[in-house]
Amino acid sequence: MVQARLRQTASRVITITSGKGGVGKTTVTANLSAALARLGKRVVCIDADIGLRNLDLILGVEDRIVNHIVDVVEGRCQLAQALIRHRAYPELYILPAAQNRDKTAVSPAQMIRIADELRLQFDFILIDSPAGIERGFKNAVAPADEVLIVTNPEVSAVRDADRIIGMIELLEKRPPSRLIINRVKAEMVKRGEMLSAEDVTDILSIELIGVVPEDETVLIAGNRGMPELNSRSGHAFMEIARRLLGENVPHTYHNASQGFFKRLTRLFTGSGTRQGSVFDE
Amino acid sequence: MSSFWERLLGRRNQVGSSSVAKQRLQLVLVSDRSELSPEIIQRMKDEIIAVISKYVPIAHDKVEINLEQRQRDNWLVADIPLLRNTQRNAPVQSSAESSTPEDA
Repeated sequence: MVQARLRQTASRVITITSGKGGVGKTTVTANLSAALARLGKRVVCIDADIGLRNLDLILGVEDRIVNHIVDVVEGRCQLAQALIRHRAYPELYILPAAQNRDKTAVSPAQMIRIADELRLQFDFILIDSPAGIERGFKNAVAPADEVLIVTNPEVSAVRDADRIIGMIELLEKRPPSRLIINRVKAEMVKRGEMLSAEDVTDILSIELIGVVPEDETVLIAGNRGMPELNSRSGHAFMEIARRLLGENVPHTYHNASQGFFKRLTRLFTGSGTRQGSVFDE
Repeated sequence: MSSFWERLLGRRNQVGSSSVAKQRLQLVLVSDRSELSPEIIQRMKDEIIAVISKYVPIAHDKVEINLEQRQRDNWLVADIPLLRNTQRNAPVQSSAESSTPEDA
C-alpha cells in the first residue's frame, strides 16, 4: 500500500496529440514508449483512438488482443486483463482501443479513472490521442499531467497545433505542453523550402522537446510492428525520452548556419543532399 | 557560376517558400487566436481611429494598430501619434480616410 502510494506520486500521464491527423502521433507514442521502456521505466501506452485503433499494429501486438479499453470501462474485464505485454520490451504494456465502437463509448471521467489505476503500477502512462478536437481528444487529455504536441513543418499541421495548444490552455488542469516536430527534412530546411524547428517553435511559442528527422525506417518499423530505436529517428526518440526524464540533452538538429569547411567539402563532393545532416555538428 | 559562390559563402535563398509559410502562418494565427476575421479586425481599427480623431487630431498616416502575439497571449498594440500644436492649426481630421494634415 505504501509502495503503491509512492508510485502514485512518481508516475506521469503524458498525452500525445496534434489536432491534424497523419502527423505521426501513433508513431511518436509507440517509439517514445519503447524508448522509455529501454531506459528501464515501466510504461503503458493507451490507444484512445476508439474505432480507429492502430497503436496495436505499430507495436506489433494486434494478434494478441483479447480485451480492450471499452471492455474495461463496461466492466467485462479487469484492467490487468486488457493489458498486453510487448515481446521485445518486457517493461512496455499496451491498452488497446476498441475497433467496433466510437469515441462516446468512453468518457473523460472514465479515462481519468483508468489512468489513476495505471499510476499504481507504471512510471509512465502515454495516451495516443485521436486527431480532431472533439470527444476523442477530450478523453485523451482529461487525465494528462503533461501534453506532447506533435506537428510537421507544414502550414496546416502548424496551424492545427496552435489550435490544440489554445484548447489545452483552456483546460481546468492546464497541463504543460511541449512540442515535437516530426518528419523534418534537413536538406529542404537548408534550401529554405521547409519551416525550420526554430521557425515552428517561434510561431507556436511553446517549449520544444524534440525534432524527429524524416526517416524511412519509421515506415519499415511499422511494417514489421517493431519500433526501431537504433535509427536516426530512433536516436531522436531516445533523446526525447531522456529529456522527459529531466536530463539536459542538447538539441542536435541542424541549424541554419554551417561551417565553412563543411560547405567547402560539400561543394566538391556533391550537392549536399546527404540524409544524415540532421545530426551534423 | 554564381551558385558556386553562393554555396561557398553559404548564402541561402532568402525568398524560399519557408519564409512565406512563416509569414502566412503568423498572420492567420492572429485571427485564429483572437477569433476575429481579418475583415472584422480592419473594421475595428477604422472605428478606433475614428473615435480618437473625434477628440484629438492624429497623424493618420502614422497610425499603427495591430494584433500581436507575445508568447501565447494576444495584444492589441496601437501607436497613434497626435499632431503637434503647430500642425493643429490645419483643418482637423475627422475620419480615417482623410488626407494627411502635414501637407496643410
